Amino acid sequence: MTAARLTILDPTSESRPARRELLTRPASVDGMTIGLLDIRKPRGDVFLDRIEQLLTERGARVLRFAKPTFTKPAPADLRHEIAAQCNLVIEALAD
Amino acid sequence: MTKPVLPDGFVAVVKRECATCVMTEPVLADISRTSTLTVFTQDDASFPESVPHLHDADLAVSWHNDIETVPTLLRVENGVEVARTVGWSRDAWREITGLAHLGEDLPVMRPGCGSLSVDPDLVDKLRARFTGSVLTARRVEMATAEDEFESMFNRGWTDGLPVIPPTPERVLRMLTGTTQRPDEVIAIAPPDLVPLTVEKVAINAVMAGCLPEYLPWVIAALEAVCNDKFNMHGVLATTMPVGPVIVCNGPGTKRIGMNSGINVFGQGNRANMTIGRAVQLTIRNVGGGRPGEVDRATHGNPGKLSFCFAEDEDGSPFGTLATDRGLPPGTDAVTVFAGEGPRCAVDQLARTPEELVTSFAACLRTVMHPKSVMAFDVILVVSPDHSRLFADAAWDRRRILDELHSRLQIDSNTILRGVDGMAEGLPDRFRDRTVPKFRPDGILLTHAGGGAGLFSSIIAGWANGDMGSQPVTVAVKS
Repeated sequence: MTAARLTILDPTSESRPARRELLTRPASVDGMTIGLLDIRKPRGDVFLDRIEQLLTERGARVLRFAKPTFTKPAPADLRHEIAAQCNLVIEALAD
Repeated sequence: MTKPVLPDGFVAVVKRECATCVMTEPVLADISRTSTLTVFTQDDASFPESVPHLHDADLAVSWHNDIETVPTLLRVENGVEVARTVGWSRDAWREITGLAHLGEDLPVMRPGCGSLSVDPDLVDKLRARFTGSVLTARRVEMATAEDEFESMFNRGWTDGLPVIPPTPERVLRMLTGTTQRPDEVIAIAPPDLVPLTVEKVAINAVMAGCLPEYLPWVIAALEAVCNDKFNMHGVLATTMPVGPVIVCNGPGTKRIGMNSGINVFGQGNRANMTIGRAVQLTIRNVGGGRPGEVDRATHGNPGKLSFCFAEDEDGSPFGTLATDRGLPPGTDAVTVFAGEGPRCAVDQLARTPEELVTSFAACLRTVMHPKSVMAFDVILVVSPDHSRLFADAAWDRRRILDELHSRLQIDSNTILRGVDGMAEGLPDRFRDRTVPKFRPDGILLTHAGGGAGLFSSIIAGWANGDMGSQPVTVAVKS
């Protein structure tokens, strides 16, 4: 084995994702505005309709959102709209 | 390291190991008697004994002045080279020096020898020493006792197979394959949306095992997969078994030794294997697309290591894929397609093109599910043995595709949900219609494979169109 140390170049982006703490889980949803994001998988609406019903019964105000297609990330404007209007968001992954 | 300034007057670069250099020693002495001459010697610091000289020990003078042959004689004015001759040519040396009787005792000409600065054993180290500052990637020093191959596995940089350590020397050699600058951003790499530089591509191309001449193809394929229409993020994130399938076209495929024939999708050809691998390693390492993270494939497929091949253009009776997709004939190009593994479409008995397309249509019916329509595109790779039937009948691409599509119009009542005991199928609102298996441009026709075998091959795609992934064709920059 050679004693010379090998130097190699980092093949990665050399960036680390920003880490953000999750918000504290709320004790109650009463009075909260909750966004329901349908990612457009088939029957996601069935699931979210039921969630909306349950949340409304518990005093929450529900806003419905949908991605243009499940195959692509949510557009930045949609993410901003949800963040600006809602206290919480629930995303439906269904098939 | 900055380029050394050349002294004015005449400059000669020589080495003792070269017989032509040794032969010119008296001539150098003649020049130095009447003119300002600076001699740089590459190897033996004492050579040439009869003429004052400097030792180009680190070969900086030779490297920065592109000395490929010794002896080289330069005339320099105000630090700028204005004339050059290589080897010994009596006429050329006389012309440059203006000395009419120079070298009268010597032969008219003698070829020179290779400069040490282009010695294959030295050139990579010299390139790293003199141009290494163009590299900006973080340098990772391995410990003396560290096994670099194991270390690269442990760092998560590999696709599960060993990779070549991307040393600065190797990366700089890789960069000689392109005229693009190392810091040039060629794409935004999904899924992390990272600006992707030529340097990072070159690092991953070294790891994949590419030769420098493959680099423009890797860059083109990455430009294509990072195009929003291809939707690499979705191709990674889907649970379906697809990855980028790279179809290469143009005369360059032969120049770099790609395989379009026997075992075209299989192992054994360096260019096919490593170009596709470099693309995937780049998406993994720079883009951050790793299995179990953004890559959620249920099964994936072995082609996600590398799935790249050249089209057999010479033997194709229906033109080439890149030309069909709008590029001028003869253009080096890549087309990327989100595809699963290939499967065989056998027909050993068809003797007419009608029989053959009918067989193809029956096989194509089963893509994803026999009841699935319109949602998936496909590449049909026609083998030479099969394409001969089309050539003999003078069927061109349009005719073949029209005949295929006409056989792939389906009575919707046969593929409704629940029909034939299968829950899968179309909702009842599609009853009493004729529906096409594929979109009008949903069959990509290519020609490849070994010269024997009455089989063609089907590479099924993923969700198509704006909803999913669209094929993208990009010209390769020379």
